[in-house]
Amino acid sequence: MPDSPLDVIACRQEQSRQLQSLFGSPIQMTAPCVFVYGHSATGKTLVLRSLLQKLTHIFVNCVECYSARLLFQRVLNELSGHVPSAANDFTSYSRCDNTNDFVRILKHLMQQKRLAGTLYLVLQKAERLRDMEANLLPALLRLQHLTGENVCVILESEIVWNKFWCGTGFQDPIIIHFPEYSKDELLEIMLSSSALDGEYSSELKESYCNLVISVFHTACRNLRELQHMAQLNFPKYVEPIVTGEVQEDDVRKLWRNVEPHLKRALQTVYLHEISSSQWERMQAEKSEEKAPPSALSSRVSMELPYYSKFLLIAAYLASYNPSKSDRRFFSKNAGRINKRTVMNVDKKSERTSSQMLGPKSFGLDRLMAIFYSIVEEKVAPSAYIFSQMTSLVNLGLMTRISVSDSLESPKFKCLVSLDMIRAVAKNVSFDVVRYLYDFVG
Amino acid sequence: MEEDFISSVQTLLRQRLCGKCHNQLRFRENEIKQLHDLVHRTATVGESNSLLVIGPRGSGKSTLLEGVLDDLTNEKDVTGNILVVRLNGLLQTDDKIALAEITRQLQLEAESEGKAFGSFAENLQFLLEALRSGSDRKSRSLVFVLDEFDLFAHHRNQTLLYNLFDVAQSAQAPICVIGLTVRMDVLELLEKRVKSRFSHRFIHLLPTYEFKEYLEIAQDVLTLPQDFASKKLVGDWNKSAQEFMQDSSVIDVLQQIFYLDKSIQHLYQLLMIPVCKLNAEHTKLLASDLYASFKILHKDDKAAMLQGVSILELTLVLAMKHLNEVYDGEPFNFEMVFSVYKKFTQRAALQSFQKAVVIKAFEHLCSLEIVRAAESSTSRTQREFRALRLMADSSQIMEAVKRYPACPNELKHWSTTPMLTL
Repeated sequence: MPDSPLDVIACRQEQSRQLQSLFGSPIQMTAPCVFVYGHSATGKTLVLRSLLQKLTHIFVNCVECYSARLLFQRVLNELSGHVPSAANDFTSYSRCDNTNDFVRILKHLMQQKRLAGTLYLVLQKAERLRDMEANLLPALLRLQHLTGENVCVILESEIVWNKFWCGTGFQDPIIIHFPEYSKDELLEIMLSSSALDGEYSSELKESYCNLVISVFHTACRNLRELQHMAQLNFPKYVEPIVTGEVQEDDVRKLWRNVEPHLKRALQTVYLHEISSSQWERMQAEKSEEKAPPSALSSRVSMELPYYSKFLLIAAYLASYNPSKSDRRFFSKNAGRINKRTVMNVDKKSERTSSQMLGPKSFGLDRLMAIFYSIVEEKVAPSAYIFSQMTSLVNLGLMTRISVSDSLESPKFKCLVSLDMIRAVAKNVSFDVVRYLYDFVG
Repeated sequence: MEEDFISSVQTLLRQRLCGKCHNQLRFRENEIKQLHDLVHRTATVGESNSLLVIGPRGSGKSTLLEGVLDDLTNEKDVTGNILVVRLNGLLQTDDKIALAEITRQLQLEAESEGKAFGSFAENLQFLLEALRSGSDRKSRSLVFVLDEFDLFAHHRNQTLLYNLFDVAQSAQAPICVIGLTVRMDVLELLEKRVKSRFSHRFIHLLPTYEFKEYLEIAQDVLTLPQDFASKKLVGDWNKSAQEFMQDSSVIDVLQQIFYLDKSIQHLYQLLMIPVCKLNAEHTKLLASDLYASFKILHKDDKAAMLQGVSILELTLVLAMKHLNEVYDGEPFNFEMVFSVYKKFTQRAALQSFQKAVVIKAFEHLCSLEIVRAAESSTSRTQREFRALRLMADSSQIMEAVKRYPACPNELKHWSTTPMLTL
């Protein structure tokens, strides 16, 4: 069917055709259940929406309707055209607490409305259905059988079907896969739907989109992210053209100009650490002062009181060093290293390195001992120090793990990363790596 | 004319494949007769019975039962003498809902309204009594159909089952209880007092048919009845359907399916896609469509999803695969994966990403459930150190690497060699 609206959707013709042939004409029976899956931003919803435009359909997002009851009420409200509003006290079409009521009311509604064609019930983010009542998913899959009406349930998910199996199993749906777009398809879609402003030739836009894809493609194939990135960095790309430094067709110069920006965007904007407007502001500031801010800085900088920093470092050392090694690092006659320890260091494999396995717990006594040995001046063990401990726990930098057993001294664990502890240690000019068992070895 | 005919053929076939028409099953004559006799006796003589129909998914339990009930209601001595109550374990999740549903189906809401019942048994007694209050004090027979029977056994104290079986056994009123289930061990689920009231009649619907009979079933569903349209059109269609069934590639595909899953439902699902493709230009079933349908239904979906991840994510998956091989499937954490990743990118001189970018890619893999936490997550451990397992098989990963569009040679090479030799 060349005149159908399907061919408008770029690069999804095959899937559209498959689905359309499954749906058939409205009066015909449709397969009881269809499972549509694929990575995010591969056009699943777009295709379904455009196919179902003229058919009776209900879209329900399972994140929004997180319980069976909400889901049922949503479907019934939509089908009956009932809108909860102030006039009806925001009540739903009818009370519906369980699957039994739902099937009964649905059947009743469909008969009452004399629907001519199939009713399509599209459940987006269907993987959430697994967390709801155990009977819900099997019941939805058999909805056609249970109601005896022409209902087709379409499940939409990013997760493969065999992760849905449970219990004694159920009727398998027809499974349609939406593959990820290839590089060429990405380019085609980005060009056709791009919101790149300004009067520039299509060749320029094409070479720009190609650039964005080539930089980001290895890390990310998500169309939506790529489009966002392209849009955000476009002004930077055309800046030399605007100022008149470079001709529009000088692709190489433009590339050299924009490449560092895109690379930096990959490290910050792509992670959504800063908002797009922040990024734009940063770009503007940067072009004035020419001093690139370290990408890491925002992630690891944190202002703490002076002793808290040492406490945190001590906690980190206690978490990542075996307690056996404390003598070696912190006792007076540390110069003498036992031969056997050296042998052990060689033998330690990746599997046992605590940098790999994560922090271990330590007692309060050990923490305080390490703390006193790394702090240079004398500190009295006052309540002041202990209250700083508590605030470190409250900040989520440390965690208390022992149970509320008052007989034992409390146990803690350090929750910060190596990068962060390095930054903190640098701040108080303490060489933390020299004290770490895994690095000294 | 031709066009109308094809679309009406499609409508009929779709109905059949969706299980809307209760065509009597072939090769099930004994079971049909047994079930028919049983229900017939309840309806005419007033005998009470209980029976379980056991068979795997898609073996035709519902079709068998509905077919028998359809037949029976058309028989003269049964019509008007039988009431069918259909319950489903998926819908009536507890006995209170079930009782309300029974009341509704028997249209006794008005009678039981405003009455307070002390127990479940009392309520059920009342319902049965109400049915009896006709002019001649003779009760109509009731047929209780319990679909997903095993789920009813999970109800508190199995009250519903106990009462139904009790009524059937003590012949208080003529009822016939028919349970449908997939569980072979369903009897073990019943409490002793419930089990002892059950008559221990079973019908096992096991797919015992051979491939030749399987082909006949497929042929049957595609064949049109003689009175469907003009003789010539029906004859033409039936002939083309027969040719379709005799095509060697069709038989090949069906043979493969038959070895995987003998169920009729699966066969119907396979035929659904070719049937859907019928239209004015496309008036015959084609072997190529069937093959395409087979491909769609039996796609390795995890490998397909793996093909859609980015290069970075694929590298991480390969790193995890190597970790699995080296440490014999022991759980790993993100730090280990990251260190393998770092070493690999250094040696292969590939573009290396910052840790935060890698974490984002890794989280994406987690949300796709290609990677899963080995134990229930505790909020106390940092996400980098949480023990994880890879949920994809190494053959699936190899397949994805092989099919991956423009996969870098270093990755391809790495997928076949041990962890850090390049």
